[in-house]
Amino acid sequence: MITIQKYVRAQSLEEAWELNQSKRNRIIGGMLWLRLGSGSVNTAIDLSGLGLNTIEETDEEFSIGAMVSLRDLEMHEGLNSYSCGAVKNAVKDIVGVQFRNMATVGGSIWGRFGFSDVLTVFLALDTYVELYKGGIMSLEEFASMRADNDILVRIIVKKTPGKAVYTSMRNQRTDFPVLACAVSCLDGEYRLSVGARPARARVFRDEKGILAGGITEQSAKDFAQYAGKTVHTGSNMRGSAVYRSHLVKVLTERSLQELGGM
Amino acid sequence: MEIKLKLNGRAVTGSVDADTILLDFLRQKGCLSVKRGCDTSNCGLCTVLMDGKPILSCSMLAARADGHEIYTLEGLQEEAAEFTGFIADQGADQCGFCNPGFVMNTIALLRENPDPSDDEIRAFLAGNLCRCSGYEGQLRGIRTFLESRRA
Repeated sequence: MITIQKYVRAQSLEEAWELNQSKRNRIIGGMLWLRLGSGSVNTAIDLSGLGLNTIEETDEEFSIGAMVSLRDLEMHEGLNSYSCGAVKNAVKDIVGVQFRNMATVGGSIWGRFGFSDVLTVFLALDTYVELYKGGIMSLEEFASMRADNDILVRIIVKKTPGKAVYTSMRNQRTDFPVLACAVSCLDGEYRLSVGARPARARVFRDEKGILAGGITEQSAKDFAQYAGKTVHTGSNMRGSAVYRSHLVKVLTERSLQELGGM
Repeated sequence: MEIKLKLNGRAVTGSVDADTILLDFLRQKGCLSVKRGCDTSNCGLCTVLMDGKPILSCSMLAARADGHEIYTLEGLQEEAAEFTGFIADQGADQCGFCNPGFVMNTIALLRENPDPSDDEIRAFLAGNLCRCSGYEGQLRGIRTFLESRRA
């Protein structure tokens, strides 16, 4: 059980950033994962007073504040219309409504958790993160970085024309996924994002041009076989690496078929 | 630190530590319907409404609730009484331990979606665990309540 000596509701990002430079201080998102840890936090830094809890939509992009809840993502019509329901499908089975009202997109993305549905789906979209000091970078680059003392301010989803599909395999409806899979075709480029490998999600592209002629039953099957060989998986209490590698093929093929309207 | 919030329609203040959990604060204030279940944000037993939205009070810092409005089952007796009899009629309360969480989340469901389908009920209440009933009794109870309201 974690202990906290001091609680500060930050009045500005600069104040939050300065506090966050001490290793004994921690930013709190939804506090759902943090709370299950152990040790002592000197100052819990709360960003909930900084107006980062809104989703703003323009013709070009969605700007999603770090403190937006997973339930807000699930219920946002514009985001789910653009993502063909992929974002909603990614979060709808995360524990329960109460949990999703508390869990934040910033906490989920910043944590780069190896079980994350949220990271998996946004990696399949044209997504960027804005860090307070580090500026804007692609989510793909951010996902491969190690955590530091910067602050995630918002994520940006560009409205690049395309389609996306999200699927996952769970042992039980509200459990962590055994494997999470999102595929998209954005401006003609196919992306496969695989999470819960059980390492952090990664993007895989159609480097061999298997889908260059479009999605057919055969090309979906061929790309799924390629993914099964390319995506590195591991074992944990929810499933073995062999099972996960099998799931990579199954979920990739199914997702591509759905993406192709089959 | 001092916090001030609205609890069941009344202004309350209290002195809390930085890591005091909202659940403990609410129980200190006499709201004993708010129970500690799994203590890992999974079972829904500690559900309260914060600014109208269901949340898990076991995972919310009391300090974070400062300035917000909290409702527990103690403050929503009338709204709960509309449908809890239907759930009891189905024998779904059994040991009763999970009931306050179920009732609070059902209130949130019916406020957001007054006429939910069975799938919508299952989806909304998926975060409330019950070790007695297998969930069918609660589902039948809510369905019967909805049917009675339509009649």
